[in-house]
Amino acid sequence: MRKVLRSKWIKLPVFALCLIPLGQIAWRALHNDLTANPIEFITHHTGSWTLIFVVATLAVTPARRLLHLPELIRFRRMLGLFAFFYGLLHFSTWLGLDKFFDWQEMLHDVSKRPFITAGFTGFMLMIPLALTSTAGWIRRLGGKRWLALHRLVYVTAIAGVVHYYWLVKSDVRKPLFYGALVALLLSLRVGSWLVARREKAVDKGVEPKLTTAESA
Amino acid sequence: MLIKKDSQIASSEITPKWLYLNRRKFLTGALGVTAGALAGRSLREIAWPSQKVLAGTKLNVTTKSPFSTSEEVTPYNAVTHYNNFYEFGTGKEDPAKNATNFRTSPWSVKVSGLVDKPRTFTLEELLHLAPLEERIYRHRCVEAWSIVVPWVGYSFNALLKEVSPQSKAKFVAFESYYSPGQMPMGNYAGISFPYIEGLRLDEAMHPLALLCFGMYGETLPNQDGAPVRMVLPWKYGFKSIKSLVKIKLVEKKPDTTWNLSSSSEYGFYSNVNPHVDHPRWTQAKERRLGEFFRRPTLMFNGYDQVASLYAGMDLKKNY
Repeated sequence: MRKVLRSKWIKLPVFALCLIPLGQIAWRALHNDLTANPIEFITHHTGSWTLIFVVATLAVTPARRLLHLPELIRFRRMLGLFAFFYGLLHFSTWLGLDKFFDWQEMLHDVSKRPFITAGFTGFMLMIPLALTSTAGWIRRLGGKRWLALHRLVYVTAIAGVVHYYWLVKSDVRKPLFYGALVALLLSLRVGSWLVARREKAVDKGVEPKLTTAESA
Repeated sequence: MLIKKDSQIASSEITPKWLYLNRRKFLTGALGVTAGALAGRSLREIAWPSQKVLAGTKLNVTTKSPFSTSEEVTPYNAVTHYNNFYEFGTGKEDPAKNATNFRTSPWSVKVSGLVDKPRTFTLEELLHLAPLEERIYRHRCVEAWSIVVPWVGYSFNALLKEVSPQSKAKFVAFESYYSPGQMPMGNYAGISFPYIEGLRLDEAMHPLALLCFGMYGETLPNQDGAPVRMVLPWKYGFKSIKSLVKIKLVEKKPDTTWNLSSSSEYGFYSNVNPHVDHPRWTQAKERRLGEFFRRPTLMFNGYDQVASLYAGMDLKKNY
């Protein structure tokens, strides 16, 4: 398994897998099967996949630890960029096909409709992350600052779930499902952060003080 | 890490559409050959079976209606495969999939409350209460999409006259059929069932209010509210209750399902109104299925003849 994950060629099939959701749209378009409301179908499809890729990106770090597969890090950037890619498709479908580049109406919606405000925020926050995803940018920013910046993905994930939850009329099963996944992945981080703090304190021979953050 | 999309992947998404359509064609074809051999149907019909999936029985429509619009009718397949009927699932394509085995016979509608002649009508009796008309109406969903449908039925007031409402009656309460056994998806809809709706008596008396038994010249498909439903073209679609079983005339304003679920979003009146937005989206425009650009939404969905019903009312408050 680890050998496969380390191999030079593994990224190619993963990349191809990530393109399947786009392929589905193309396939259904070719077969005249985009439902009676194609624009809505494309919007919902790309929206769901944005959220799925955000969740997958967030899952990489916990999965590395829990499965003892540090190699998984090799796929994090790709998954994150696919989240941005589907987010961009989702956003442009809304802006281009739904609003037909009516910027005024777009800004009106962003300011007036909370679910759009949430989705728009989530997408906007992905832009700096996509731009600084290269090795060059990690160097330029320095590892620590780069990591701090990329924690914005937590906000994107929460905004994405809220966006979905506020969109549906009454059947909240799917938004709650994604919400549970995001909550799980974020709480795993809080957990490992707490463990790391404790270990650090023990290393120094000092008992960790119970801070408000910890007791909360 | 691979995350599965979720459990509700349509079989049509898994099986390539051409294969799935061919299978269906093959099955209808096979049935057609058998039936054709018995009834002596034309070869052409056997070779090209109807594309309609849940085609019903032809209805005897005697009259065209002056209320009909001349706008282009939405294709049958779009109307039957893109709609809301939450008892059969909340996805737009769910009702077509999940209502296939819904039993609509025998069927009766109970009319009670403040009437001189309360009565339970069988579907057969209802069908013969007044001549069936075809009415091509615009139909505007609260979700900002719209369709044009050739419904078949007669003005609801014909039924009301039959039961003689008393002078105390001010409202009409409607109730849909509900059976968790036949509608297991209803458990996940997030709204309570049976679905209930209501109208003011004068709204219900308006000739536009249609008691509907069919569309496209045939009986209603299960997913569109078979065997009998209301159609209120000047109101958002959810006011037009489907698979109707109970009608009660009452003095006080009755509860309605979506209003109970979220009163700030769905009012009792729910008249189509481009000037009053849904709190979460605009109602100024709509997408007519099959059209690329959104078109402006019209006040009362273009049915200005109902305006007098609401004279003097603040429609921003009474949304």
